[in-house]
Amino acid sequence: MSTLVQGETGQWEVVIGMEVHAQVIEESKLFSGASTKFGAEPNTQVSLVDAAMPGMLPVLNERAVEQAVKTGLGLNSQINKHSVFARKNYFYPDLPQGYQISQYDQPIVGKGKIEIDLKDGQTKEIGITRLHLEQDAGKSVHDQHPSKSYVDLNRSGCALMEIVSEPDIRGAEEATAYLSKLRMILRYLGTCDGNMEEGSMRADVNVSVRKPGDNLGTRAEIKNVNSVKAVQMAVEYEVARQIALIEGGGKVVQETRLWDPDKGETRSMRSKEEAHDYRYFPDPDLLPLELSEELIEKVRKTLPELPDQKKHRFVEKFGLSGYDANVLIAEKERADYFEDVAKGRDAKQAANWVINELLGILNKNGIEITDSPVKAAQLGGLIDLITDNTISGKIAKDVFAEMYKTGKDAAAIVEEKGLKQVTDTGAIEKIVDAVIAANPDNVAAYKSGKDKLFGFFVGQVMKETQGKANPAVVNELLKKKLS
Amino acid sequence: MDKDTVRKVAGLARIRMNDAELEAMALKLGKIMGFVEQLGEINTDNVAPLASVVDIDLRLREDKVTDGNCVDDVLANAPEKTQGFFVVPKIVE
Repeated sequence: MSTLVQGETGQWEVVIGMEVHAQVIEESKLFSGASTKFGAEPNTQVSLVDAAMPGMLPVLNERAVEQAVKTGLGLNSQINKHSVFARKNYFYPDLPQGYQISQYDQPIVGKGKIEIDLKDGQTKEIGITRLHLEQDAGKSVHDQHPSKSYVDLNRSGCALMEIVSEPDIRGAEEATAYLSKLRMILRYLGTCDGNMEEGSMRADVNVSVRKPGDNLGTRAEIKNVNSVKAVQMAVEYEVARQIALIEGGGKVVQETRLWDPDKGETRSMRSKEEAHDYRYFPDPDLLPLELSEELIEKVRKTLPELPDQKKHRFVEKFGLSGYDANVLIAEKERADYFEDVAKGRDAKQAANWVINELLGILNKNGIEITDSPVKAAQLGGLIDLITDNTISGKIAKDVFAEMYKTGKDAAAIVEEKGLKQVTDTGAIEKIVDAVIAANPDNVAAYKSGKDKLFGFFVGQVMKETQGKANPAVVNELLKKKLS
Repeated sequence: MDKDTVRKVAGLARIRMNDAELEAMALKLGKIMGFVEQLGEINTDNVAPLASVVDIDLRLREDKVTDGNCVDDVLANAPEKTQGFFVVPKIVE
């Protein structure tokens, strides 16, 4: 599939690299014992270390280290046994230290790669350049006072993983696929909750354009891109802006731009430019971090089955289509639910019920699968009733709707409402005979070649039985009697 | 060291200096830098960077909440505060 973008002067290639900041799941901060819980009262989750009081010393959280290693392994990356924390110096009111403790030339995780899924069913490999650990900054609130900003340091010092991709991404679709897959992997690993609304995952997107075969163009770094949808829109906007600029005789300036979701545009943040002299140096408060082979192996043993492995297993073991497998693995809980339903049953049928019926209604009502009123065992029970011919597939949909409403088991609903399928050939035959007798004109028309009328007869029999007649028996009897 | 370098460093450190001060500081910093640069005369090829003079590993802590909930202490020295926030001049662009 071509990823080139048509401009006035020909086609352009879009080159994108992404930096994703992911907040590490842990109880306490990267270098202090203050809580990381979201939504607390301002400055209540701040220790004197986070507030950068003189003389306070950072002590590294071992869980943050393990989570970074786990993420590195999940991204098929090299784990660096020796890494160094460095100070990145800049002034901002929500950074009380005057520097961010980060990692510079010796990050904890090196090169790796992930596979992204594109809409046409293709996959593509995107290189990971590195992952490093760093402190988050605090939060500034600008809209509470006409001339003042309010600063809350609760987030200050929380551990972030900055995950940097190679410039392997070509266009908006690949950029959104990359972010979605990365988010999925982090959630499977349990190293980041991926909640973009609460800011626990944030993306900076580096965009440039070039004529195919040319050297890399000048890039703009777009900040504040905080949803998958925003990545799509920001990239499309920025690509169009850069192409129009170059084709109009201008030049792209290397700069930081802010995505404005309300206006749907990126705009220059000129004031950030002069601040880009970070003067990194190794943090004298922290020794280099040395990882043992033992620790890496211990973490490796805790790795769950990752999305791509799961996808391949669903396709190979269950015979699902790539599309269905992708839908099911999108959330780990969803995949687990499906596997519970599929256990000992027809996997494709289970997949159909989960994807078409269950997810359909859950999405419509904005309910998570973990809160589904119909539990996996109950959906399995419904499928069993179809399999053993207790109810037809059509009745099953009504039963499912009732299960969703009441949370009751399928068998109880079938019993209560008398929905058991009529498989008694004698009983169905009587109704078939009555339908044929009542519609002589249609019988004649059918016999003279109007095959489509067969459906009419099936419909009439079903109507008489309130849909409870076994469709296979009805078909068989009708065929016999009408021939 | 020249005055422009000093001006740049002062700017990065948010220190305002007038011309006379820049001049004086350039002289002083130049001397200090000259002294430190003696280290450059030592051949350090094949010598690993020294992170610490004591032979210990970086100490890690368990992931437990052991601190925080001291908003009054945190805000004690703030020139201005309200409802638990630090209050600073508007910094939005």
